[in-house]
Amino acid sequence: MTKSAAVRHAELGTASVAEFLQFLFSGITVGAIYALVGVGFAIIYSASNVINFAQGEFVMLGGMATMFLLSGGEPLWLAALLAIVITAAIGLALNKFAVEPAAHRRGGGASVVTLIIITIGASIFIRGAAEVLLGKDSHRLPAFSGDQPIDIFGAKLDPQVLWVLGALALAVVGLRWFFARTRLGKAMLATSCNRLAAELVGIDVRMILLASFGLSAALGALAGILTAPITLTRYDIGIMLGLKGFCAAILGGLGSPFGAVAGGLLLGIAEAMAAGYLSSAYKDVVAFVIILAVLFLAPGGLFGAKATERV
Amino acid sequence: MLRLASARTGGLVALAAIVAALPLFFPNNFYYDVAIKTALNAIVCIGLNLLIGYAGQISLGHAGFFALGGYASAILTARYGWPGLLAMLAGAVGVGLLAFAIARPVLRLRGHYLAMATLGLGIIVAIIINREIAITGGPDGMTVPRLWVGGWRVSGAVAWYWVAAGALLLAVWLSLNLIDSTLGRALRALHGSEIAAQTAGIDTTRYKVLVFVISAVFASLAGSLFAHAEGYVTPIEAGFLRSIEFVTMVVLGGMASTFGAVAGAAILTALPQLLTVFQDYKHLVLGAILIGVMIFMPNGLVPSVALSLRRLRPPVPAS
Amino acid sequence: MSLLRVEGLSKLFGGVHAVAELSVAIEPGRIHSVIGPNGAGKTTLLNLVTGIYQPSQGRILMADEDVTALSTAARARRGVARTFQNLQIFFNMSAVENVMVGRHLHLSDRLVPTLLRLPSVMRANRAAQEKAVELMRFVGLAAYLDAEADAMPYGALKRLEIARAMASEPRLLLLDEPAAGLNPKETGEIDELIQKIARAGTTVVLVEHDMKLVMGVSDHILVLDYGRRLAEGTAAEIRANPDVIRAYLGTQAA
Repeated sequence: MTKSAAVRHAELGTASVAEFLQFLFSGITVGAIYALVGVGFAIIYSASNVINFAQGEFVMLGGMATMFLLSGGEPLWLAALLAIVITAAIGLALNKFAVEPAAHRRGGGASVVTLIIITIGASIFIRGAAEVLLGKDSHRLPAFSGDQPIDIFGAKLDPQVLWVLGALALAVVGLRWFFARTRLGKAMLATSCNRLAAELVGIDVRMILLASFGLSAALGALAGILTAPITLTRYDIGIMLGLKGFCAAILGGLGSPFGAVAGGLLLGIAEAMAAGYLSSAYKDVVAFVIILAVLFLAPGGLFGAKATERV
Repeated sequence: MLRLASARTGGLVALAAIVAALPLFFPNNFYYDVAIKTALNAIVCIGLNLLIGYAGQISLGHAGFFALGGYASAILTARYGWPGLLAMLAGAVGVGLLAFAIARPVLRLRGHYLAMATLGLGIIVAIIINREIAITGGPDGMTVPRLWVGGWRVSGAVAWYWVAAGALLLAVWLSLNLIDSTLGRALRALHGSEIAAQTAGIDTTRYKVLVFVISAVFASLAGSLFAHAEGYVTPIEAGFLRSIEFVTMVVLGGMASTFGAVAGAAILTALPQLLTVFQDYKHLVLGAILIGVMIFMPNGLVPSVALSLRRLRPPVPAS
Repeated sequence: MSLLRVEGLSKLFGGVHAVAELSVAIEPGRIHSVIGPNGAGKTTLLNLVTGIYQPSQGRILMADEDVTALSTAARARRGVARTFQNLQIFFNMSAVENVMVGRHLHLSDRLVPTLLRLPSVMRANRAAQEKAVELMRFVGLAAYLDAEADAMPYGALKRLEIARAMASEPRLLLLDEPAAGLNPKETGEIDELIQKIARAGTTVVLVEHDMKLVMGVSDHILVLDYGRRLAEGTAAEIRANPDVIRAYLGTQAA
């Protein structure tokens, strides 16, 4: 009796460990996407104080463009590369034709509300274009290295997740290098600290803004391509991903790319745990409840600086 | 001031005339239906414009209040047999209390944080409506009984047209009254300069809360009427895109202009419905309009047109 | 009884004292000036008095009532009004409406009568407008009665702020560099205006860099340097004070 109870207890223990790990894996996977989207928000915000609500559309574009090129007969690596380039180009165009004309209008820039509406307009536009050009169907990209799951303590890990995490790690390391070592990265950092001062020392702020859109779009596309084998892609996945990425960025303090990564992973894991242990129906609520709690308790975001108004 | 007063009366009369004359041009019930939707959207926009256009506070979650009003009417009448008007009132009071409860922490936020918070609240409402299938019918929505006003059963597109039109005129009148008053000037002042408003003795928090509650109640009442008029309500009415649609209408028509809010609602409700060519390209066109208006007419249609009209007229000599 | 008294007032910004252990009393019915080099803490003092900043230390009393914990609006209710160095005009309104906002404390703003546009609201509107027009004439803006605020020149906006501040019928009017950016003729007119306001019974605190203006109108001058009180007295006393000369002209002059 005692023995079988012990065995049952042990089995239960391993089962719950496996279960926990399973939730954790799925949380980290989703979190990695949020992180990559959130980084995009943070990069653009720190360069320009613009919140780009079209950030989620870059993720959709990455996956959908890869799918389209793949069906045209391109090899996967080339399709993915081209998709990133195309998405980055769309990001540049978005800045050039929608954000910049408003932000640099004569006689003072546009208000926060105006810019929010422009980027929302852009997101609706991009989504509408994808809907018309690429159709309304869901697509799944083939996994990069097979779909034989890896068994870790009884939990199944999709090998694609390793690609996602690898890419996230690479993006973090790459961004650190970019901001610390490259001329453009340092200029971007300087612009985010003090735009006027950056302009005075000869930094082309418009160029920085343009580059930030290109970089964010490329990162978003990367996330979209890597996760399309796991989560499917569709013309309208960008809405929710964009909003969650925005949550991640705010959680991380809005201006900090690395804060956004932490915020994204945190949200993903919280969401997966809530879905697993509490209620899967309310999975999507988690991110917003967390963000509201944070905003109510610390109105400047978790790491946001408190600005004093000068009068 | 005199100019403002005459613009106000003139505008109201003109709007009433348009509303009265429109049915002469309606070939069938479909047009009535579009007009009803326009009027009800416009009511939401008039309230939202008080918040965004006049007080300068953004909300990306007002569809939540609209849907709560609609579902309050739907659930209370269909499941509990309440009279329609009472259900509508209860919905408005409930939404008002909810808005009051969340207004303080929400409106302490500014800019992007305020956008995020209101957006989050709207989405939470949408998800709850989607998931509580036993009460709301879930993603499929639920049917709503007809509205009875006294002994009159409001049914048919024509009857609803007059109800919606009457409600719209009332909303416009209330909004105009509010703006041209101490209260309205306090709202505009906190938009213009919060610090200067406080220095003039205006308790800015109180006014932000007040206008947030008023705009939520406008949305709730419009939602209730919408549910009864359509006879049906779905969670789409609570969605993020619906919230964006409302904001777009306000911005397109012209911020800080009551008639602008009506014009914006009319254009964005009627255009996609009337031009069936749009159906496939609806989102494409909507997005392009948003970007274009913001870049070329950042003040919106009505204020931009009014400004160019004013420039045509000779200047008024100083009194 | 002093109209305004600050006791041991300090304000730190990132470890730097913008105002340091300052104790000052403002007596009613006079023109007081606060002067000092740039960064001496003059505007910070106004921001502390109006409650836009919270002090790091010390108390602020109005007519012997401790208002340190009160909001900006609550202090306005106790009779403080001000203008701003960096203009804080309501550019989304007409000039007259800007001044009408200044009447806020004297008007009822009850929701239901407002929504229904009851006669009482109309009457209040009209009275507020008449008062605003009268004040605009008083500060010399008769030419702008029909103007939108965003169509007015800088000098006129400076007066508009004064009219708006006066609309609340304050006991204490704080003017933050009313002559900054104005030409000598306009400065002369501001000079007259300040004296007119003081004669009408409002106590004025003037923060200003234009020494000719300050020395001409002030009954009493407070000199700040690095957030501390350097000197206090009449114009003649201040002019002769060696500390003040040193602070303004450097050590060589002393």
